[in-house]
Amino acid sequence: MCSGGVIEFAIAAAQDFHVEARGVTKWFGGVQALAHVDLVIRRRTIHGLVGENGAGKSTLGKIIAGALRPDAGELWVNRRRATYHSPRDALADGITLIAQEPTLVPHRSVLENVFLGIEDARLGIVDTRTMRRRYRDLVAEVHLDLPADALTRTLRVADRQKVEILRAIARGAEMIIMDEPTSALTTDEAQRLFGIIRRLRERGTTIVFISHFLEDVLALVDTVTVLRDGRVVRTSPAAEETPERLVIGMIGRTVERAFPQKVFPPPDAPMVLSVRNLSRSGAFENVSFEIRAGEILGLAGLIGSGRTEVARAVFGADRRDTGEIRIDGTLVRIRSPRDALRAGIVMLPEDRKGQGLVLMRSIAENVTLPHLETVSHYGVVATGRERRGTLDLMASLDVRAKGPGAQINTLSGGNQQKVLFAKWLFRRPRVLIADEATRGVDVGTKRAINELLHRLAAEGMAVLLISSEHEEVLGLAHRILVLRGGRIVASFDGHTMSGDAVLHAAFATEAAERSGP
Amino acid sequence: MSTNRESTAVAPPIRGLTRRQRIAVVRDYGVVIAFLGLFATLSIASGVFMSKANLTNLAFQAAPIGIMAIGGTLVFIAGGFDLSVGAVSAFAGIIAAKAFIGTGLGLGLALTLGALTGLGFGIGNGLLVTVGRVNAFIATLATAIIIRGVAIAITGGFLVSVPDERFTILGLGVTGGINHPIFVWLGFALLCGFLLSRTTFGRYVYAVGGNPEAARLSGVRLGLIRAATFALSGLSGGIAGVILASEVQTAQADANPGIEFDAITAIVLGGTSILGGEGAVWRSVLGAFFLQMIGNGFNLLNVQVVYQQVFKGVILATAVALDAWGRQTRE
Repeated sequence: MCSGGVIEFAIAAAQDFHVEARGVTKWFGGVQALAHVDLVIRRRTIHGLVGENGAGKSTLGKIIAGALRPDAGELWVNRRRATYHSPRDALADGITLIAQEPTLVPHRSVLENVFLGIEDARLGIVDTRTMRRRYRDLVAEVHLDLPADALTRTLRVADRQKVEILRAIARGAEMIIMDEPTSALTTDEAQRLFGIIRRLRERGTTIVFISHFLEDVLALVDTVTVLRDGRVVRTSPAAEETPERLVIGMIGRTVERAFPQKVFPPPDAPMVLSVRNLSRSGAFENVSFEIRAGEILGLAGLIGSGRTEVARAVFGADRRDTGEIRIDGTLVRIRSPRDALRAGIVMLPEDRKGQGLVLMRSIAENVTLPHLETVSHYGVVATGRERRGTLDLMASLDVRAKGPGAQINTLSGGNQQKVLFAKWLFRRPRVLIADEATRGVDVGTKRAINELLHRLAAEGMAVLLISSEHEEVLGLAHRILVLRGGRIVASFDGHTMSGDAVLHAAFATEAAERSGP
Repeated sequence: MSTNRESTAVAPPIRGLTRRQRIAVVRDYGVVIAFLGLFATLSIASGVFMSKANLTNLAFQAAPIGIMAIGGTLVFIAGGFDLSVGAVSAFAGIIAAKAFIGTGLGLGLALTLGALTGLGFGIGNGLLVTVGRVNAFIATLATAIIIRGVAIAITGGFLVSVPDERFTILGLGVTGGINHPIFVWLGFALLCGFLLSRTTFGRYVYAVGGNPEAARLSGVRLGLIRAATFALSGLSGGIAGVILASEVQTAQADANPGIEFDAITAIVLGGTSILGGEGAVWRSVLGAFFLQMIGNGFNLLNVQVVYQQVFKGVILATAVALDAWGRQTRE
């Protein structure tokens, strides 16, 4: 898209609308994932969707593909109002989504996967010969060469994607939405995929390309839409954009969210947590950092950059290949969460429902689960002490519930998150790892949690903060480390940190190389 | 596209709660409602039903299945499944009988040895499922086949008869008008109920079944807890086995066929979820009694036995469907 971009865009504008979103809005619980999104995707173009983690790109893609239903707003496809109840409905209109995780049947052949559900069959008996002929035609048409009989589980990720693409075309897809298709590909493979995508456009397919890799997006797409906090910032021809401009659009002029005034720990504050050369092949490499008493260290980076993996390894939830962990200068052996708890390290996991709480049990039971030995005599739970301790924490954290006996799944997301905090503060830890501590909660609870983290640090706790909201990391952390591809690529202290610099480092744009470590 | 759109928030959709609350009530207290309903119906329809003799007899007959159901409840709550208790009960009966006849052990020790054999098998199941990582369904199916096989080997396929009348004290003895198996059932229920509701072990059992990952990240030793539930289930199979052998004064390799399914039926009827994390001992006690009451009622009302089977099957399916609906609507 170097010289002809503007002209191409003009031509594209003359072509008809393929998909149009009008005021599309989507809520997840109390969180608004999409707010009045208006978007036009033109036929025979490659349309990029970019934005920070949680900006709503994937949600929008899923709504267009019928995997999610909008709570408000309309979807127009081929100039007709479309109300999809399932991906099947969208497919009937020629729209299909290739998700981040491949959805193939691993133990069956490429041929079977491509024609799954649309087999040539007579009286239920599969007509292999016809299917093979169709497969040959299909492969010739889109210039994708794959052995028909290979088992898909033996294929590399790039080839599995090709199977998905073939499957989409075989079903007559006129629009293919690809969600982060290159995140698991090598540079070469990604380039080849771009070639395929361009050929698909030539034969008349519309492509929606969702990606974190801004350079790739600009090199490939005709039009790009920037999303931020579930809203469309702008849609413009790719030729008019640069990675830097996109990043600025993605962060925006942030609405001032009041964060408490940072209190930096004194320079002689004792070192509480020290991590040396933490590595696990394929996940992260040589990660080293320290946190002092009273310090909040932010771990920034994109999803998949290794933030959570590092945190889980420190907590003993996942194994590590190498690395030493010290608490107060003493080497500790951490091979399970149990060891970490004993050493005074706790972790609020990123997935509250999947990893944090036992939903059908009470607040009190969840709060005391890691600390039962402190509220029991000879294995019998002292329910009075448990109840009092839980009530105290519920009061100080402002958990709104009927009482300590209330079941977790009767609480709102914000209150559940506060219970999760109560669980890890029942016995004061030395180190608190908070992974996405404000995910899926309302604005009021977000602020309360931010203030809590601030207060805990001020009281001398060492805090490791992970958040997809860069604003939050910037607003709370005393120092920030940026991870990319499992390595620490930049670090910022109180004087050098800025939203642009952190994002540029995370996205690896040119500005980052200049201001890098 | 403009950036500064007026932020008119569209309210999140609110779904009605009445239907799901209704289902939740039926799911949580269905067994109580059904139990009371059937109890009232039978009391009115049959003059004999409410007699002390009939009710005691009911509890006596339900006791072995009831004991197994209690052990199985712990396994279910921790997210497991145990198909081996029937085989375990046959084996435990053989051990108790042989120990009583063939060794100098007294009656008490012989019966205890039989029950402890069940505990041993339970520990084996636990290890197979946790350390061996074999799916609980398959693991306990496999051990059931093995145990029956070994039982045939050591008995040569013959009945082990105990000529000494004293052997029947546990199964057929009566104290204060109450059959001994009822005491054992009650004692085991109180013990396991206490373990589950009041101790740290009980808390861990619920957590492990309710959300294994959350439990692990809370420092709970998943394997140990799961294995312990299998051990207790094995023990319950052992206890039920010696009671049953004592009742008939004989033991054999193919004794108590299919009894594990009756125990599972009792657990599920009681309302303990097969998906783990939820349930209680009292539920399975009620479930076992309910199951026995159906049989008893059909007999008292002179309904053909074949319909009994059909009826049991239908209410079992209903109980599980209610569980599934309750979960789905709660999402």
